Amino acid sequence: MATNILMPALSPTMEQGKLAKWLKKVGDKIKSGDVIAEIETDKATMEVEAVDEGVLSSILVADGTENVAVNTPIGVIAGEGEDASAAPVQVASAAPSTPAATPEPAPAVVHTAPVHAQAHAVEEIPAGTEMVLITMREALRDAMAEEMRRDDNVFVMGEEVAEYQGAYKVTQGLLQEFGPRRVVDTPITEHGFTGVGVGAAMTGLRPIVEFMTWNFSMQAMDQIVNSAAKTLYMSGGQMGCPIVFRGPNGAAARVAAQHSQCYAAWYSQIPGLSVVMPSNASDAKGLLKSAIRDNNPVIFLENEILYGQSGEVPKLDEFLIPIGKARVHRAGKDVTLVSFGIGMTYCIKAADELAKEGVEAEIIDLRTIRPMDTETVVRSIMKTGRCVAVEEGWPQSGVTAEIGMRIMEAAFDYLDAPVARVTGKDVPMPYAANLEKLALPTVSDVVRAAKAVLYR
Amino acid sequence: MAIAARAKSAKSASVPAAAPPALTRDQEIFAYREMLLIRRFEEKAGQLYGMGLIGGFCHLYIGQEAVVVGMQLAMKKGDQMITGYRDHGHMLACGIDPKGVMAELTGRRGGLSKGKGGSMHMFSKEKHFYGGHGIVGAQVSLGTGLAFANAYRKNGSVSVAYFGDGAANQGQVYESFNIAELWKLPVVFVIENNRYAMGTAVTRASAQQDFSRRGISFNIPGEQVDGMDVRAVKAAAEKALAWAREGKGPFILEMQTYRYRGHSMSDPAKYRTKEEVQKMREEHDPIEQVSARMLREKRAKEDELKAIDQTVRAIVNEAAEFASHNPEPDVSELWTDILA
Repeated sequence: MATNILMPALSPTMEQGKLAKWLKKVGDKIKSGDVIAEIETDKATMEVEAVDEGVLSSILVADGTENVAVNTPIGVIAGEGEDASAAPVQVASAAPSTPAATPEPAPAVVHTAPVHAQAHAVEEIPAGTEMVLITMREALRDAMAEEMRRDDNVFVMGEEVAEYQGAYKVTQGLLQEFGPRRVVDTPITEHGFTGVGVGAAMTGLRPIVEFMTWNFSMQAMDQIVNSAAKTLYMSGGQMGCPIVFRGPNGAAARVAAQHSQCYAAWYSQIPGLSVVMPSNASDAKGLLKSAIRDNNPVIFLENEILYGQSGEVPKLDEFLIPIGKARVHRAGKDVTLVSFGIGMTYCIKAADELAKEGVEAEIIDLRTIRPMDTETVVRSIMKTGRCVAVEEGWPQSGVTAEIGMRIMEAAFDYLDAPVARVTGKDVPMPYAANLEKLALPTVSDVVRAAKAVLYR
Repeated sequence: MAIAARAKSAKSASVPAAAPPALTRDQEIFAYREMLLIRRFEEKAGQLYGMGLIGGFCHLYIGQEAVVVGMQLAMKKGDQMITGYRDHGHMLACGIDPKGVMAELTGRRGGLSKGKGGSMHMFSKEKHFYGGHGIVGAQVSLGTGLAFANAYRKNGSVSVAYFGDGAANQGQVYESFNIAELWKLPVVFVIENNRYAMGTAVTRASAQQDFSRRGISFNIPGEQVDGMDVRAVKAAAEKALAWAREGKGPFILEMQTYRYRGHSMSDPAKYRTKEEVQKMREEHDPIEQVSARMLREKRAKEDELKAIDQTVRAIVNEAAEFASHNPEPDVSELWTDILA
């Protein structure tokens, strides 16, 4: 009985990869555990081990093929005694029925579509600017590299940022360009190296401290909150802390409770910090550059699922997006959807759904959680009179709770319905796929909430 | 108990038996004046606290003066200093204006932090003083970061990070030790072992009470120092600073010292006997040691030392006067200095 070799998923969020190299050729005998091929993901090159025994009877995906979807059959192993030249198993009949292998869009949690070109606020990008399609990962890397070229005081430190090229490959190539003085691998000691970064910043250096994920920042929270955020105030303005803390935030996929939480609300409560959470490549680049130049500590919340998404980024020498400024992502007159970061992916799809039913939703991407651009939100409410706020984080004392309160304070008289919110559920993130999906917001949650505030 | 335990550990430790190298007359006079300034300043702060002019926490440095002054005698211009919450003495040793420090204690606009920091949170970029930190142990990672910046800039400066025997048990201290040695950062860790972490004796809190050995697993050299003898402190500081400045990495100095007052102003100090404190004052007082020696060796006359005392008292009185009458911050200051 012939067995298909499937393109493996090598990380929680991997959806596709490059089949770099076959290490076995057709006709080779294969034992379980043999390394048969090398796969390149956006993070690393990984070896694929055989789990079945037999003879490699055919290769379905050639060396060097890019964008091979997870679970695509890449080769066939014939059992002992079978004809090694046996016809490959028909893909149609043998392909497993996992969602990732189907041509249908991935489940709502994992969005792959590039963020719409209309995402870019006109005032930030002069007309006629050449746009380049790059991933958010590349945009973040470019932002750091540009700022490091511009200012010798800027350096990156964190776990695996240098030789490993970044746990999520965001710092790829920086070591090669800037060397180990400015791209610094740290031991796994978040509390310690965060303090070191903050101390260096107090002298006027501009560290970019990468947390492998923001979950680990809780080890370092004291240095972020008590040292970085408060020093300027406590010193009567004498000594500040120009530092960027960045890394992936929020739920990735199937990494369970300790690795799946959003820190937007946590850090946004602290005076002295700015909290930024971009939803697309262009904003990521412009905001990270601004964050690095900012004289204050900036919490820069990225998202693993968004890293691989491509978006158009202006080709400009000085592309800076101001911190604290929201962006009207899509204009509409019936209801305002407010979100930020990955929350935007739900809103964008929900607005498409609503449009089919004749509802014109306006989408506002806050981009910065603190300081929050209440004015842009209020201006939209004055037009629509209805609002749904969306975040992946927990509901209690969440960012959406803050948005709702601000609207009540500033635009109560313009509301035609109470503000609604869609959030992650009030539970630790479960591991099981079905439960995880339930714990996160969905597009239909947003659609339903929009209809509720529209009384439809 | 604590005394006995300490005496025993001191005997077996690396404190040199021979008297430390003598100071020059100028150095001795300087040390006397600086230590006296700290002593009188802290006495005055205690007094103002009692009068209700200083609020909140106020941790006095009385008894420990030789540590910071001895270190200062060995430090070079550009070397940074960072410490915890018992920080008044460090600021005075850095040459920061006593008026600014005292007015910060009273929460006035003329304070070093415009009245917004208080006793535990003061900074001076000009004097390379990086605080003043209220979270026990935080200054150790931050001080390692100052050293990182020195190495990054190749400026030849050394960061001196002070912390106590209590902070020495915090996790981030060891994360910092590891990083500092791994990257050979120019930092001297000064552990001011005053025998009590608030009310908990070292013997009740620390498995390894020889703090000079706390860096052993990171290959950081350390030395126990008689922190009541300013000469010993200076000698050890010179060695440690040279080590760090030469690119050999961090050095740990355990300063065996003693605080006469409670942990803070609200501490009745029931965890030790009056006799214990009295014995330290009579036999080991850092200021008394210097003045007695100078008189004995006829390096200074009684009158000269008295004149210094009077000058110091005048400075402290002026600071107290300023701090008592300087206005509180303007209410608009509530909203300034949050973001740069």
